[in-house]
Amino acid sequence: MTPIAVRCAGLSKAFGEVKAVDGLDLSVDKGEVLVLLGPSGCGKTTALRLIAGLELPDLGTIEIGGQVVAGPGTTVPPERRQVGMVFQEYALFPHMSVRDNIAFGLPQGPLRAERVREMVSLASLESLEARMPHQLSGGQQQRVALARALAPRPDVLLLDEPFSNLDSALRNQVRQETRDILKASGATAVFVTHSRDEAMVIGDLIAVMNEGRVEQVDTPERIFHAPATRYVARFMGLADFLPAESSDGTLWTELGEAPRPAGLPSDNGIDVMVRPDDVNMWPSESGRGVITERSFQGAFYLYRVSLASGSVVHCLKPHTSEYEVGARVDVALDPGHPPLVFVGESSYIG
Amino acid sequence: MFIPLAYLILRTLGAGAEVLDLLFRFRNLEILVRSVLLAAAVTSASVLIAVPLAWLTVRTDLPFRGVWAVLTALPLVIPSYVAGFLVILVLGPKGMLQGWLEPLGVDRLPEIFGFPGAALTLILLSYPYVLLPVRAALGNLDPSLEETSRILGKGAWATFFRVTLPLLRPAIAAGALLVALYTLSDFGAVSLLQYETFTWAIYIQYGYFARDLAAALSLVLVVIALTILVLESGARGRAGYYRSSTGTASPARTVRLGRWRWPALAFCSAVVLLSLAMPMSVLGYWVVRGVSAGEPLLSLWSQAGNSLYVSGLAALVTILAAVPIATLVVRYPGRLSGILERFTYVGFALPGVVVALALVFFGVRVATPLYQTLGILIFAYVVLFLPTAVGAIRSSLLQIDPALEEAARSLGRTPFRALVAVTVPLVRPGILAGAALAFLLTMKELPATLILSPIGFKTLATSVWGAAEEGFFAQAATGGLLLVLASSVPMAFLVLRGERRGW
Repeated sequence: MTPIAVRCAGLSKAFGEVKAVDGLDLSVDKGEVLVLLGPSGCGKTTALRLIAGLELPDLGTIEIGGQVVAGPGTTVPPERRQVGMVFQEYALFPHMSVRDNIAFGLPQGPLRAERVREMVSLASLESLEARMPHQLSGGQQQRVALARALAPRPDVLLLDEPFSNLDSALRNQVRQETRDILKASGATAVFVTHSRDEAMVIGDLIAVMNEGRVEQVDTPERIFHAPATRYVARFMGLADFLPAESSDGTLWTELGEAPRPAGLPSDNGIDVMVRPDDVNMWPSESGRGVITERSFQGAFYLYRVSLASGSVVHCLKPHTSEYEVGARVDVALDPGHPPLVFVGESSYIG
Repeated sequence: MFIPLAYLILRTLGAGAEVLDLLFRFRNLEILVRSVLLAAAVTSASVLIAVPLAWLTVRTDLPFRGVWAVLTALPLVIPSYVAGFLVILVLGPKGMLQGWLEPLGVDRLPEIFGFPGAALTLILLSYPYVLLPVRAALGNLDPSLEETSRILGKGAWATFFRVTLPLLRPAIAAGALLVALYTLSDFGAVSLLQYETFTWAIYIQYGYFARDLAAALSLVLVVIALTILVLESGARGRAGYYRSSTGTASPARTVRLGRWRWPALAFCSAVVLLSLAMPMSVLGYWVVRGVSAGEPLLSLWSQAGNSLYVSGLAALVTILAAVPIATLVVRYPGRLSGILERFTYVGFALPGVVVALALVFFGVRVATPLYQTLGILIFAYVVLFLPTAVGAIRSSLLQIDPALEEAARSLGRTPFRALVAVTVPLVRPGILAGAALAFLLTMKELPATLILSPIGFKTLATSVWGAAEEGFFAQAATGGLLLVLASSVPMAFLVLRGERRGW
């Protein structure tokens, strides 16, 4: 069994009336990259700062490398936690060169220069070592921050939206570089972001957060295709919910039938989740729906369709299928995989 | 503004070789050493007092933090000649302290005249010049830098010395520059405490009608001040000290002092006691003593009126000159505005004595109709305080996104109307601050007022200095108290504004 690098249990932190983190449970295995994903204000940055020791929890415990660093009667200050952190604004020391920034957390000694060289080459910073931070581009600054945080071989590396200051073209490249550097160094990392694309590229696992708690921890694929709650489903992409009736082991929706998942707890309040790529649509004078919006997305058009019952679904079509707003259409379920079904807040796969 | 300075140079050159001869006499070298020694001592002591004070009042849970923040800034309203005679009153021979100690058999205190008295006086007055910029810099420091240092394994002390202090270096250097220039140009304290520095020597030579020598000494003083200015810009180093963050950083965590609270409180109390509480109560005591002895104190009303009048006028003219300069410098960067900006900076280094002397030469030779009028006095104030006012307006202009003006342009305003409709209202706090500073500084200004006032025109500053020199302490105390009270109004405005914006 892989040893656990970080474990949070029942972690809570309030700022005045606002509960930023509210009973958070989390564990990260050694060598794994876990992404904390959620909208702004969901408590993900606070969770990170609690792990770093920059905030103190009101309740709960934090273990790093098997040692309790925060809990009843125990508070280990940040400098003794063996964590590394990459801040949103990088926080490079403006009065120190790249080399001195990277060396900052290393003990004096003969090994220090060696380790700095290793980190410089890991982060591809050769020839920039003597520069000052303000002489670097955004992407270079980000790599210096990463190298500085990894240099002392922390038990866990914490990254707080480290790409939010980069322009979008650069961001894609830096994401991949960062993932490569993390994997090459074998570091355990907790990565905070609000971007689901970023989360899916970077993470071995994604923990989706909502109002200070974790809603679901899973692989990127399962988070996207099998969200555990409606909240996660909506956060990971456009999702509509169609009411369904259950009879004879089949679910009947306005757009056709779907297999009934085993183990549904009830035959009432059932919704089938429909993503825009799960439905097909074609023009029809006697159609059940009317196009109410069209948005151009380059290779695709995204249509918003109002159905006779008042329900709304979205449908993604290639750019060759161009229809006018107001046109009558017929719509049918065509997912190509068993649909995801919700009863109340929980999901079931058919 | 630079005509007078040019005139000073011409005058010195005109006098020729004799002046050089006079200048290189041993006594003048001694004056140089004394001036530099005093400036160095006052500057380093101010830094040692101000940096811990700034840290305590910005970053810790010191009780009554806000109160200390205001109180420690207030000594700025006390003019150096007022503080100087208070030091003599309390610590001088037959002074108050000796009076209290007499029953204990102490009949002699250490000599206060000369270096110790002058240094003590100026330290107590000028540490706020370091305190204010350091407080501002601490408040603006990106906390994630210190947090990073902690995470990388450095404790609180190591973080302070390796990260915080180096980052504060530009603010400390800026404050130290102000203190050094203030000390070099101070006239009141050194003249009352009889420590012969350049300013005092210049004034005495001027009084002896040795005007060539006075002009030459002035030039040397300006050269020293400019040297300090250059050294300071060197001390800023090569690192880019701007805050990298554009987003909202979480505020820095408050340091809990715990048991250290008591020494911290004692330190703050000692500073406030010595620099503010004691001067004010001694002033009050002497006023009361004077009143009960039946001295005619109310005769100061006309001087007070004169002070308010010239200060108001000087503030107005200074602002009228400062607004276009600041706008030019910030909005239209180019060679001309670059030179202009550097020149106003050089203006910081011009001592009042020097400006006054230059204007005397200028008035006698060229602007004869202006000589011996209020006009030339006001002109001197403007030359002296324009840099300060430009600085205040400039910093508030810099905070305004030029896109706001561009938005007004795109909505159909002409450049001028955009300026009036958008920029001026937003810069108003800066203009008010500049005016308040110019008013405050004019109120306290002594040497230029002494030299350039029309005959018979007395202000609070000149009467306090005169009375203190003659030993009429009750009279000097009353004038001093009036001065401090009148200066407190603009100062309170500045401090409250600063506190609201976190400096």
